[in-house]
Amino acid sequence: MIAQGGSVAGKALRASSGQSEAARPAPNVRSRFEVGHWIALSPSLGLLAIFIYGFIGWTAYISFSASKMVPNLQFVGWSNYQKLWRLDPWIVASQNAVVFTLLYVFIGTCVGLGLAILLNRQVRFEGLFRTIFLYPAALSLVVTGVVWKWLLNPGSGIESFAHGLGFQSFRFDWIINSQMAVYAIVIAGVWQISGFTMAIFLSALRGVDEEILRAARLDGANTWALYAHIILPAIKSSFVTVTVLLAAFALKTFDLVVAMTASGPGYSSAMPATFMFDMAFWRNQLGVSAASAITLLVFSVLIVSPYVFFRVGQVEHSH
Amino acid sequence: MSSSGWARLSTLTDLPGGDAPKERLGRIAVYCALVVLCAYFAAPIVLMITTSMRPLNEFMSGSIIALPRSWTSDSWVKAWSTACVGTKCLGLYPHFANSILVVVPATVISTIIGAVNGFALTKVKFRGANTVFTLIWLGCFIPYQAVIIPTAQLLGMLGLSGGLIGLSAVYTIYGIPFTTLFFRNYYLGVPDELIRSAKIDGAGFFRTFLHIILPLSPPIIIVTVIFQFTQIWNDFLFGVSFTTGANQTVTVALNNLVNTTFGVKEYNVDMAAAIIATLPTLLIYIFAGRFFMRGLTAGSVKG
Repeated sequence: MIAQGGSVAGKALRASSGQSEAARPAPNVRSRFEVGHWIALSPSLGLLAIFIYGFIGWTAYISFSASKMVPNLQFVGWSNYQKLWRLDPWIVASQNAVVFTLLYVFIGTCVGLGLAILLNRQVRFEGLFRTIFLYPAALSLVVTGVVWKWLLNPGSGIESFAHGLGFQSFRFDWIINSQMAVYAIVIAGVWQISGFTMAIFLSALRGVDEEILRAARLDGANTWALYAHIILPAIKSSFVTVTVLLAAFALKTFDLVVAMTASGPGYSSAMPATFMFDMAFWRNQLGVSAASAITLLVFSVLIVSPYVFFRVGQVEHSH
Repeated sequence: MSSSGWARLSTLTDLPGGDAPKERLGRIAVYCALVVLCAYFAAPIVLMITTSMRPLNEFMSGSIIALPRSWTSDSWVKAWSTACVGTKCLGLYPHFANSILVVVPATVISTIIGAVNGFALTKVKFRGANTVFTLIWLGCFIPYQAVIIPTAQLLGMLGLSGGLIGLSAVYTIYGIPFTTLFFRNYYLGVPDELIRSAKIDGAGFFRTFLHIILPLSPPIIIVTVIFQFTQIWNDFLFGVSFTTGANQTVTVALNNLVNTTFGVKEYNVDMAAAIIATLPTLLIYIFAGRFFMRGLTAGSVKG
């Protein structure tokens, strides 16, 4: 969409600059230009080299050191990682991360795709529907968590509402149930993200070639066949995008858990990100915290890297 | 007579489809599904607004989820100016101000840096340009947990711990990968000939940027500013890690406010506070939804 806007602006101006194309810039002008270019880029490159790559390296170093409350540079090998995988809160957090990620990605993708397909059927008031489906994406996850905590709390929300209607035996207490709390967080997370997945799928659906669809219609293909054989295969790259992004978001889930359950009851709904934060800021276990952060990073890299290679391939291709 | 005339008219309009009744059933099903889904998505915000306007005594007597019998704005006043966040009872107002002080400079500076970077990465050919760009936008994907401890240590060393300046700087730096990605993709669509003619005229890098590139940039500037503002305003992780007490941003303070209870839980104040905390991003969404959506999809799809 953006690239399109750029090329339109570019087209309008190309005409005015066309005549000078044949000329070549003088060498000294070019070097002046390149000096300016490095002056422009180097502060960012320096900052990102330190704040992203340097800091990841430093976190990794801390994870192999004896740091507790204060950094301690004594090298202790893998012992923080061994300690980490023996801590029950971390085991629970890892299991929750797997459950949450699978459900969040699967349901978030399905709901988003469903919304996009519905909106792609020339419905009236499409703008209004889209606005309603997408507004949760403008809310912070803390606000999302605050609202859903209230709605899912049996004493204040849906359960008490059903009791008020006369359904006294109705129970919906996932958020305070240590077996179910993580599923309560999935409900809120999916509600918040589905509009975003809808937006990605909708822009992909709008890009499917109309001519091919018309031809298939004339050949007698019904709507199901159209989706199964033409439309969904045509937008498969957006499935990759959505799946990878949602998995990356899910692994980092922090705000929602803090706002909804504060990792509770007990630590039953802890996630790797909340574990890492508690270890660093409350328990003064910098070494173990750093080990959990690096573990989280490794899993994120594993999930994102196929997509990164895919996109880097595209970037190389475009030159 | 007239009714059969209407019937004939409707059969006529439906004719080309062939299976008209089936088609119509399908349309009805689509609209039913949309309306049900709308209810699911809209219910939380509708309930937030109605609950925030219900007087507290109505929660005691009746159901917690219900329309107010009498409407009041008391809970909004309380959430804004007297509700307790931790031990201080000054409402969300000071934290709202903190958020503005942190978010505005971080948004403006990271957008400017992103624009310059985007120009440098597309309109000056140099070896390794793609590698540099890849290293920059990988920064969009890293889980910030992997940089929090060193960032906290650095802020401590610089004497910026717990303050707004340090937090704003952190948002600026970690925003650069996103803003660079946005502008770089936009400038790929700007023809190189434009720059070439400027170079021949002897214009330097920054003059070319100011006089030729910047005038073409308003659409992407709007998208980037909206994206950055929303992301930073809504952030919780950096806010809760690097600020304390009176310096908390509004998103962090909201979480503390709803977890600070003396006596009766005031759901109406909680909900008013939640709406106040999200009002700036919600207003941006309502009035500039198109740009908001472009930012979301550009931040993820293009690359």
